[in-house]
Amino acid sequence: MKWTLLIAIAIVAFAASVVFGPAAVPLSELARSDIVWNLRAPRAVLAFLVGGSLGVAGAALQALVRNPLADPFLLGLSGGAGLGAVSAIALHLTGPWALPLAAFVGALAALGLVYRLGLIGGAGGALDPRILLLGGVAVGAFAAAITTAIVSLADAAELRNAFLWLWGGLSAASWQAVLLVALYVPVPLLVLVAAARPLDLLALGEEPARYLGADVDVVKRRVYVAASLLTAAAVAVSGVIGFVGLVVPHIARLTWGHRHRALLPAAFLGGGALLAFADTLARTVVAPRELPVGVVTALIGVPVFAFLLRRWSIA
Amino acid sequence: MILTLEDVRYRYPGAARDALQDVSLSVTPGQFHAVLGPNGSGKTTLVRIALGAVPPLMGRADVNGRSASEWSRQELARIVGVVPQREDNLFPQRVRETVVLGRYPHLSLWGRESAADHAAVERALAACDVVGLADRWVWTLSGGEYQRVRVARALAQEPRLLVLDEPGVSLDLKHEMGLFELVRGLVDRHGLGVLMITHQLNLAARFADTVLLLDEGRPAAAGTTAEVLTREVVERVFAWPVAMESVDGRPQMIPLRQSKESRA
Repeated sequence: MKWTLLIAIAIVAFAASVVFGPAAVPLSELARSDIVWNLRAPRAVLAFLVGGSLGVAGAALQALVRNPLADPFLLGLSGGAGLGAVSAIALHLTGPWALPLAAFVGALAALGLVYRLGLIGGAGGALDPRILLLGGVAVGAFAAAITTAIVSLADAAELRNAFLWLWGGLSAASWQAVLLVALYVPVPLLVLVAAARPLDLLALGEEPARYLGADVDVVKRRVYVAASLLTAAAVAVSGVIGFVGLVVPHIARLTWGHRHRALLPAAFLGGGALLAFADTLARTVVAPRELPVGVVTALIGVPVFAFLLRRWSIA
Repeated sequence: MILTLEDVRYRYPGAARDALQDVSLSVTPGQFHAVLGPNGSGKTTLVRIALGAVPPLMGRADVNGRSASEWSRQELARIVGVVPQREDNLFPQRVRETVVLGRYPHLSLWGRESAADHAAVERALAACDVVGLADRWVWTLSGGEYQRVRVARALAQEPRLLVLDEPGVSLDLKHEMGLFELVRGLVDRHGLGVLMITHQLNLAARFADTVLLLDEGRPAAAGTTAEVLTREVVERVFAWPVAMESVDGRPQMIPLRQSKESRA
């Protein structure tokens, strides 16, 4: 059964994340190891939460903007978060939460801006998904331009920090971070899962969806905000990790179809497993150094995506 | 009376003239009511108002005795099944999966589809004669087959009223006749009420019980097909000379070519 297989893959990914690492911890000492409990375990859990959030957000956004090539970061959130984080670095803001908080605020600012752009007919109007997409690209590009300007004026150490942060990493994972994310994520996740059936209907077009009972304007707003909030949290905690939100929903659709009631949970588990696996590779492949996890997801994601594109064009 | 419009008036914001004025109609179960008229006569606006998508500026639009705009989308979808002109399916799916979407208005937020829901889907597939296509991918269907599937989806809603907006557009003769026969059969055998917007005068005349003919948003004529589709009325509304014949006791319009002089 496909669910059994997916859960098995998730367990294996989690286990690999805990067992493997730059420091060799013998299996017999796993349960007592400080490294495992305080470094690897929270990192593995965080990878699941972040990867899962990106997978679900990606699936929901693809249905919302009616574009199978949509990615959570297409809506300008990564640009806003990057700008926030890089500003924090340039302003020498200190404290372990300075960067995540600044990134989160930056992402929310981008969310608000793109939302406002996407409302047709003024403040009381309905969201136009095409404008969301275009507005997101524009806002993201603008933020990226300012980010690059700041980075170009920064010194070498700051530059490297900014660069590494932007490409994504889970090295700051702690049980504190896990707790925060675990408390934050359920509400937007629940909103998206509750919108599963309306999202199925939205795939037919807005007018047919309305005639089949979907409150389309409300659903669009809720899905956009919930998916963006999940993405904002993911970016704040772990930088820009690309391709998870784009590729995981498509892989999940190949097996679970387009019904979102099954697709969204599958995208969550799949995204979590993929990120945990990518993070394990990022930590071990060039040990004791670490690759940014966004690099690994892109290196895995692009060939998978190319393969999917071929299947798409054949179909 | 499932659907009633009374003296409805509507103008789109910023428009120069009314889209609809003094329009009334009613549809009961077991009645096939066609709305005809030239382009821009207000047919699609009529459907929007009838289904509560926009409120009329004047007059009433009631579904089952209650104002159309008071119905929640989900409640309305349980008694009115609509086949809109356009549909743009984003993801590939099979016929049965797309017809199941018609059960969504009846499903609770967290509930699963029950055996009764699946039975309703099977009945809808059978009524539209698409059971053999149930496991096919929708993108492999012909235009006529896909249209029948869309009607099946609307039927899966188990509506009392079926609304179709130009369902025959882009269908060839055989499939268009098949569609009209299907809809007529649903009215006769299943007691549905049908409101169909079409520009196919002759098909409406053959299959519908009553007709509303719109002319620039105003009702040009309303009543049985024989009462409405007379040569004088048709020539006036469509601004073209026609001859009328009778087939199966129903008026059929034959457009005439222009006179030799004007064809110089």
